[in-house]
Amino acid sequence: MLIKSIFGGKSEMTEAGSKKCPVVLMTRIRLARNIANTPFPGWAKETRRKEVLETCLPSVASLSQMKRGISAEISSLSDLERQILVERHLISRELSSNADAAGVVISKDQSISVMINEEDHLRIQVIKSGYRFKSAWNAIDAIDSALEEQLDFAFSQKLGYLTACPTNVGTGMRASTMMHLPALVISSQMEKVVRAVNQLGIAVRGLFGEGSDASGSIFQISNQTTLGESEGEIVKRLSSVLRTIIDQEMNAREKILEKDPNKLYDKIGRAYGILQNSHLLTSSECMNLASLVRFGVDLEMFPEKTRNIVDRMFIECQPGHVQYHAGHEIESSARDEFRAAYMRKQFENVARPIFNLHEMSSEDDTPKPDPEQEAE
Amino acid sequence: MAKPLKCDVCSEPATVHLTQIINNQIHKIDLCESCAEQKGITDPSGYSLADLLVKPESQSAPEVAALSCPECGCTQREFKKTGRLGCGACYETFASVVNPALLNMHKGDSHKGKVPQRALERATFIDRLGTLEDGLKEAISSERYEDAARMRDEIIELKKAMEAAALED
Repeated sequence: MLIKSIFGGKSEMTEAGSKKCPVVLMTRIRLARNIANTPFPGWAKETRRKEVLETCLPSVASLSQMKRGISAEISSLSDLERQILVERHLISRELSSNADAAGVVISKDQSISVMINEEDHLRIQVIKSGYRFKSAWNAIDAIDSALEEQLDFAFSQKLGYLTACPTNVGTGMRASTMMHLPALVISSQMEKVVRAVNQLGIAVRGLFGEGSDASGSIFQISNQTTLGESEGEIVKRLSSVLRTIIDQEMNAREKILEKDPNKLYDKIGRAYGILQNSHLLTSSECMNLASLVRFGVDLEMFPEKTRNIVDRMFIECQPGHVQYHAGHEIESSARDEFRAAYMRKQFENVARPIFNLHEMSSEDDTPKPDPEQEAE
Repeated sequence: MAKPLKCDVCSEPATVHLTQIINNQIHKIDLCESCAEQKGITDPSGYSLADLLVKPESQSAPEVAALSCPECGCTQREFKKTGRLGCGACYETFASVVNPALLNMHKGDSHKGKVPQRALERATFIDRLGTLEDGLKEAISSERYEDAARMRDEIIELKKAMEAAALED
């Protein structure tokens, strides 16, 4: 029931990036909030956790933004349902595995989710497709203010919002983008980028956060620090790093095309061939192939509408989604078979790539981030 | 964040964390200080959060190590083990440990962001109430009864306003 409505609707996650800024798939902001004078979830006894859940779940569900959304206690969800929510970034792995007196409320369009009793009492999250910090901030600020009308948040004038982990204290805000950086990966420059941005207090992680791999050349890039700067200042600093990473990626693309276009065309051509014809596909291989096709879309080898198919593939090739499409739980090897069949079908009508030696981006053509974030 | 990390070599609490990308995979290595030293990992520019948080406090006084939060009962040992605090009051209880770490891990030591308006109003109420109550005591002890009566009335009004605001919620 729950998952059916999740699959039925459009989602920012599966309608991800645009030609305007092909490097950034989506923008995400989350706020950590806690109820005043109440132990944090990791320390609280079960009765206190239950009290928090019973207070917060209806408060969050009653928000106008959550109208016709979904609200559920995590313990009432099946393993497969939880896995699908994790794969869609609507709940964290931690919440999924620590389900006692925990809950989630998800908006109808899946752009907002609020986790209850994760590391903090409330983890409010807004996802927007593409590079849209301003729009994400406006949305999350409104939800936070509406919740503050009903709930007393733990707040100190000196330290700001008080959180279970001191790494989140202050604004409680983690702003991030999911970036598709195939050229930096192909040219082995990612490690250098990670090291450089870490020095600036910016974290780089794989698609599923801490400890996850970087399948599909997708990286989550976010602020590390939350105290001593306003939300606007944090986003501004993060944006300037992101712009540099976008430039680096575009330069790397240009260099690959100048230096050895055939090597790249071969990779993209093979990816297309495998997706159209394979009979066994692991999720990691599938992500990497989808990444190459997405790179091909950016280079106009495939029609623009292919981007949407690929962005959905990033989500739908994952184990939970494959099992949902199969209609029942299946073993890993059977999933590979099912995944390949599903991708063959998706790629049935995708036109074969056009291999033209075309100049990458004169300066005017270089994709630019959405200008709205400038005003942040 | 998840559970505290253990050293990949000896299972002691890890305080040094390395991230490398090899063949598109992010590899993370977690080491305790002594294993990191043995392996020659001493990059001074590395950003190690746990290192800042869970640094052994050999210099700290024994009474500090025995601290526990009067509100939630969380102990300093627990905080050092998990890197998580028990409740909002822990920030005051463990200020001697937390505040220096905050300075190292953040851009500053005071909040400059959004303020919850209701919390701020509440704080203003409480501050004003505190000032009036102190003033009342002082006025009574110095036998300024007119002042005391004025302050008493103001306290009553303020408390009424606070109750009314609470009822509205």
